[in-house]
Amino acid sequence: MQIRIDGLSARHRAAATGAAAALRQVSLTIGPGEQVAIIGPSGAGKTTLLNALACALKPAAGKLALDGTDPWRLSVAKLQKLRGRLFLAPQTPPLPPRQRVITAVLAARLPHQSLLASLRSLIYPTHIAEAEAALAHFDLANKLWDRVDRLSGGERQRVGLSRALVSQASLWLIDEPLSSLDPSRAALAIESLTQAAKRRNATLVTTLHQVDVATRFARVIGLRDGELKFDLPSREVTRERLGALYAQYEHELTSAAPVVGDPAQEDARSAVMYCR
Amino acid sequence: MNSSATVLSPRLRDPAWLKRVFWTCVALVLIAPALVVTEFKPWTLFEPESLKITTRFLGDFFPPNIEGEFLLMVAREAWRTVAIATAGMALALLIAIPLTLMSTSALSISALPGRMHAMPFVIRQAIRWLLIVLRSVPELVWALVFVRVVGLGPSAGVLAIALTYGGMLGKVYGEILESDESHATNSLLRNGSGRLQAFLYGLLPQSSAELTSYTVYRWECAIRSSAVLGFVGAGGLGQQMDNSMKMFRGDEVATMLIVFMLLVGLADYVSERLRRVLA
Repeated sequence: MQIRIDGLSARHRAAATGAAAALRQVSLTIGPGEQVAIIGPSGAGKTTLLNALACALKPAAGKLALDGTDPWRLSVAKLQKLRGRLFLAPQTPPLPPRQRVITAVLAARLPHQSLLASLRSLIYPTHIAEAEAALAHFDLANKLWDRVDRLSGGERQRVGLSRALVSQASLWLIDEPLSSLDPSRAALAIESLTQAAKRRNATLVTTLHQVDVATRFARVIGLRDGELKFDLPSREVTRERLGALYAQYEHELTSAAPVVGDPAQEDARSAVMYCR
Repeated sequence: MNSSATVLSPRLRDPAWLKRVFWTCVALVLIAPALVVTEFKPWTLFEPESLKITTRFLGDFFPPNIEGEFLLMVAREAWRTVAIATAGMALALLIAIPLTLMSTSALSISALPGRMHAMPFVIRQAIRWLLIVLRSVPELVWALVFVRVVGLGPSAGVLAIALTYGGMLGKVYGEILESDESHATNSLLRNGSGRLQAFLYGLLPQSSAELTSYTVYRWECAIRSSAVLGFVGAGGLGQQMDNSMKMFRGDEVATMLIVFMLLVGLADYVSERLRRVLA
């Protein structure tokens, strides 16, 4: 899928009116099948950019075109259909804790499945082999029948990534895929993602905190304070450029990615009582 | 000496104290008229005359009637009561589930990027009002209506429970679905799933335990409610209880009350088990 954005600005849904937009005047073009890493210090607008590309966030200004069409001019139904060709993996894997891994992975097929087929797959999973193969790419094949809440944070994140391989999307938008993975797993995960995207000719856009991993992508985009700082082939991303991009955030260049709250713990809040 | 020292240092005084006293007084002032209106005089219960009546009434309950023939009748009517409650709940679910799915904002596609569109919003409000109408009419009133329409017997009870409980279930299901963690569901919708697909794969696994336990609790309420409905001729154990009361057969009433306790206990047990399985 081809992406084209022109002077795009976007702000968070919860942002106060008048607050500076999280993304300001960003323009870029990403060709079909291209693989791009987005880097930048915390709060640079990386996630906002991904959400805007995923049609999850309506741009405040500027143009967005996916394969030449402006998604926000489509009807709700057509836009939803278009969303089926996009795959957005949020940083915290969106997995219901009581669901089994197999179901969670196969959920990525929903946009391309009839309601009846989805119901049938709940009664007895269809495409088991496909789900297992996707999990195997992330070294998780043995967790196929486990429940999500029995998995560790890193395993959950990898289940979330395996969804991409099962979805039939042509644009993958992956937010911080490595945030809770150890270095060896992270290498495997990035390898699997990029290889699979290449095989399917899917466009891959991923935000990354690990600069060394990002330079393995052919193209690297640097964001800071909501603005595009550079958009370069990775061999041209020099130490000086990185230094400028991360000025005052040097610790993020060297240390591991910040740890995100574990959604399982938030779920542990006490059960709500209904006395009606 | 000591106490005067505490008075002298306002820094150590609880600043919320006056506010607390104030709101307690406000609550008492507000309750007072309610007590007057309801002629709240609990001490009349303990006057010798009242005590005599109470003991006579309760004395009639012992021993409970356990004649074979009567027990057989009670078992048959208890079964009918359970059937009324279950059939009523089944119909109520038929009303509540589609209305919930249509009205819950957790499954709104148009609300994904921000505000919900006007049309879906209007439909949601209309359904909300329909649910209010359904549940604001007490099932007893529905039963009186249906007794006239379909005649004396269980079907009036079933229909009455279906309408009122449909409204209640629709409202609470909606609240359960909206209060749950929406990350998984939202993410499915964002990736292009349909509303029902997102419900089945995101929302349902998230809230199945709460939904089940509330449903079973409502089923328990339906059993109790069908007893009340029996008094207006809607069949089941309630109707028999009404008969026995009119004939001053305390022993029969006692047996039937015990059966009710057993049924409610059963519902409690089922709910507990289901919660454990789904947890």
